[in-house]
Amino acid sequence: MATTSSRFLGRAMVSPAVVLLFIWMIVPLAMTIYYSFLNYNLLMPGMQEFIGWLNYEYFLTDPAFLESFYNTLLLVCGVLAITIIGGTAIAVLLDQAIVGRNIVRILVLAPFFVMPTVSALVWKNMFMNPVNGLFAHLFTFFGFEAYDFLSQAPLASIILIVSWQWLPFAALILLTAIQSLDQEQLEAAELDGAGPMARFFLIVVPHLSRAITAVILIETIFLLSVFAEILVTTNGGPGYASTNITYLIYSQSLLDFDVGAGSAGGIIAVILANIVAIFLMRMIGKNLEK
Amino acid sequence: MIKRLATSICSALLISMPAAAETVTIATVNNGDMVTMKSLSKAFTDANPDIELEWVTLEENILRQRVTTDIATGSGQYDVVTIGTYEVPIWAKQGWLEPLNNLGADYDVDDILPSIRGGLSYEDKLYAVPFYAESSMVIYRTDLIEKAGLEMPKEPSWDFIRKAAKAMTNKDEGVYGICLRGKAGWGENVALLTVMANSFGARWFDEQWEPQFDTPEWKKTLEVYTDLMQSYGPPGASSNGFNENLALFQTGKCGMWIDATVAGSFVTNSKESSVADKVGFALAPDAGMEKRANWLWAWNLAIPSSTDSKPAAEKFVSWATSKDYLALVAKEKGLANVPPGTRASLYENKEYLEAAPFAQITLESIKLADPNNPTVKPVPYVGVQFVAIPEFQGLGTAVGQQFSAAVAGNVSPEQALKTAQRLAQRTMRKAGYPKD
Amino acid sequence: MRQAQLLRQKVLYSLLAWTVGIAIFFPILWTILTSFKTELEAVANDPSFLFFDWTLENYKTILNESRYFSHFWNSIVISLGSSVVGLLIAIPAAWAMAFVPNKHTKDVLMWMLSTKMLPPVGVLIPIYLLFRDFDLLDTKLGLVIVMTLINLPIMIWMLYTYFREIPSEVLEAARMDGASIGSEIVHVLLPIALPGIASTLLLNIILAWNEAFWTLILTAAKAAPLTAFIASYSSPEGLFYAKLSAASTLAIAPILIIGWFSQKQLVRGLTFGAVK
Repeated sequence: MATTSSRFLGRAMVSPAVVLLFIWMIVPLAMTIYYSFLNYNLLMPGMQEFIGWLNYEYFLTDPAFLESFYNTLLLVCGVLAITIIGGTAIAVLLDQAIVGRNIVRILVLAPFFVMPTVSALVWKNMFMNPVNGLFAHLFTFFGFEAYDFLSQAPLASIILIVSWQWLPFAALILLTAIQSLDQEQLEAAELDGAGPMARFFLIVVPHLSRAITAVILIETIFLLSVFAEILVTTNGGPGYASTNITYLIYSQSLLDFDVGAGSAGGIIAVILANIVAIFLMRMIGKNLEK
Repeated sequence: MIKRLATSICSALLISMPAAAETVTIATVNNGDMVTMKSLSKAFTDANPDIELEWVTLEENILRQRVTTDIATGSGQYDVVTIGTYEVPIWAKQGWLEPLNNLGADYDVDDILPSIRGGLSYEDKLYAVPFYAESSMVIYRTDLIEKAGLEMPKEPSWDFIRKAAKAMTNKDEGVYGICLRGKAGWGENVALLTVMANSFGARWFDEQWEPQFDTPEWKKTLEVYTDLMQSYGPPGASSNGFNENLALFQTGKCGMWIDATVAGSFVTNSKESSVADKVGFALAPDAGMEKRANWLWAWNLAIPSSTDSKPAAEKFVSWATSKDYLALVAKEKGLANVPPGTRASLYENKEYLEAAPFAQITLESIKLADPNNPTVKPVPYVGVQFVAIPEFQGLGTAVGQQFSAAVAGNVSPEQALKTAQRLAQRTMRKAGYPKD
Repeated sequence: MRQAQLLRQKVLYSLLAWTVGIAIFFPILWTILTSFKTELEAVANDPSFLFFDWTLENYKTILNESRYFSHFWNSIVISLGSSVVGLLIAIPAAWAMAFVPNKHTKDVLMWMLSTKMLPPVGVLIPIYLLFRDFDLLDTKLGLVIVMTLINLPIMIWMLYTYFREIPSEVLEAARMDGASIGSEIVHVLLPIALPGIASTLLLNIILAWNEAFWTLILTAAKAAPLTAFIASYSSPEGLFYAKLSAASTLAIAPILIIGWFSQKQLVRGLTFGAVK
């Protein structure tokens, strides 16, 4: 069916999207690269001069850089692990014949619709606040001392909040995948004497692998740039305990207004993101092309 | 039919033409006094039907980023901006603000407290007018200190504060002896720790702009602070800023709270505060040196030079900071709730002094803070709880993160200061200090 | 015997599922409940679940203080506008990738997705300057453009995976009958792919509605959506839990309701090629 004319037509139809995205990417990127070599602080106009690699040097030797790199990985992997394991569990549960399945599905789906800023504000103030939060009330009710989530375990708390937001998404995709599972295959396995565990790991999990890859891809895209949740809850602290790369760049460009350093950080983040992207695409490519 | 419709549309347009008013976009912080200003602004638009007001009310940090980005790029989205004492001289120097020389005949500029006015002028021109101003003071629970068998002196020392905090703490009942800012940020914990350091004889930079965090004075400051907070402070102190502490105090969880003088009207307002009738005030503490832990801050209204409706904007700025506005707030919200700290005439008003138990201390505290001479040892910078250089916002917040980690117990005070020193040295080296 | 066991299983699973569902939903429920409390009750030491003095005071204050409906309208225009414009660009692109692929198709797709991984803060200042120069600051048009471009890769990918599941014989049959490419897309592809398109549209409305970085940076008053509305309640002075809850409820209610009503459509297409 790939005649010359249809091939031409195919190009013509892809090109608006490609051209737009290319402009959207290349213009700011070129400007960012240019700025990254300048001594450019928004608060001190008229002093832009070429300073070579100095911005990169300062960004890479920033004591916060390694820690935030590590935090970024931890955040992405932590949320992925929680949402995939929890999502699979919920999906399996919702696949059973249960009373009021639609309503339960609505309840589970809800967090996905909540703005990140709102969910961060609500979790921070009404749940994790060590004095007036609900968790604190619960802890004291059971005779424990209130635990201060956001300063004792800042990154874990943020992982919890972000996971809450993404759990519904994972659960839904996995549920659709489970529902497409061939029931006869499962029944056949049961007749062959395979226990529930064996059935789950030998039939369900392999069947879910495509769905899991899709979840990993989509979530990673969003998790690499988690920002609002950190800004609202911990401001990256205490120390750098919950600073990720995105937040670090933010603090350079919007707290210091050091456009040069922020741009250098941006370029480094782009490079890191592309490394992750290549890695992911390989994985996806293998799994989705079947 | 159509003709009639057309004429009626035309006439409607004609009538509405003059009412197509000039729009003034105001960016402001979501603090209580500003929310009041917004709700009372109908009085202004009634008096000036040719001016329409658009409000952008945001949380402090978000507001600061948006306004700074807008002004520094000359985008001109705002006609009136709410900015702090830190920004005014820096921005005026860059030519980003319009000088205010047309505030009206009965504005009485000289009524504005001199120490505040001085901070808002650059080369003898006024670039912003104060909406409200504050220093810091000790706010304490009279019932709790009595129960502890102590009496708060008018000029407490840090030693007394520690003793009182210990005596008032009753963790079983959820009462913590002292609440202080711990949330990282140059306008949050750094403000408190800088004035605290000033009172212990420390400073940010020496005369050659060399950072001073490796000095014994800073070590003492941070040790006293972390000890106070870890022993007698509320849990989660490292994420408490002004607002969080205010909520804690209002719900009766703090014995003492050292913070902004504007809090005076919030903690004594029985509609919001469950301890309204049990609050006392004292001057900010000292350590036997010549400086007390008093800061000086004002939220000011200014007009960006990128505006295209300066006359209308200036009219509004003048209205919102005038004596008439104070009278309007007094009438609508009660005398004790007027924006404090800006006008000398307010503190000559007997009724105000009576209605606001915190008024005297507020005035005294503001007078104690001297931006041009903030520390025991000499410094090359201006500013009490900040250093008025553009690099300070970023550096201050980064240093604040270290202090916040120290109070959370993640690092020792020494380690925090060591990192702070390194951060400060990096920043200053990159920015090319000392500049001549 | 077997029946009884099945029943017991059903009860057990139902209980478990309901517990999980309520636990996940609880933060939202608690927010809604708190929005009807007074500020003092909202921070009370022994929080009450239902037995408090229900009040509408917070909603009244908020609707008085801010122009909720203007923010609401901006959110609608921006999220709906960007999703529709996005679809118009994404459908042809996804069609071409799914049905006339060439050897670059996969690379192009991967590249598109990788543009999503760039941290937005990194390009903040350039975008801001461009917006200033094109007079797009604080306009709905500007935000529609940004939201469209941000979500375009996800849209194309989602549609692509959906289109690919459609057997190409169906389209070829239409072509045999002499249909042009345009009418092939409109009359044959769209009806079959409607669930996928609907769910792409919905997902993007949700993503655009909740986007809180560009919407906050690029707007001031006129075009500010609900994310800016929330930012003015994020930590004001004094007790604010009840007001924050009311503002949060107002900000998430529209999208929550849309989401619930359309959850079937949303779920049907939300497969990302994961269902064989």
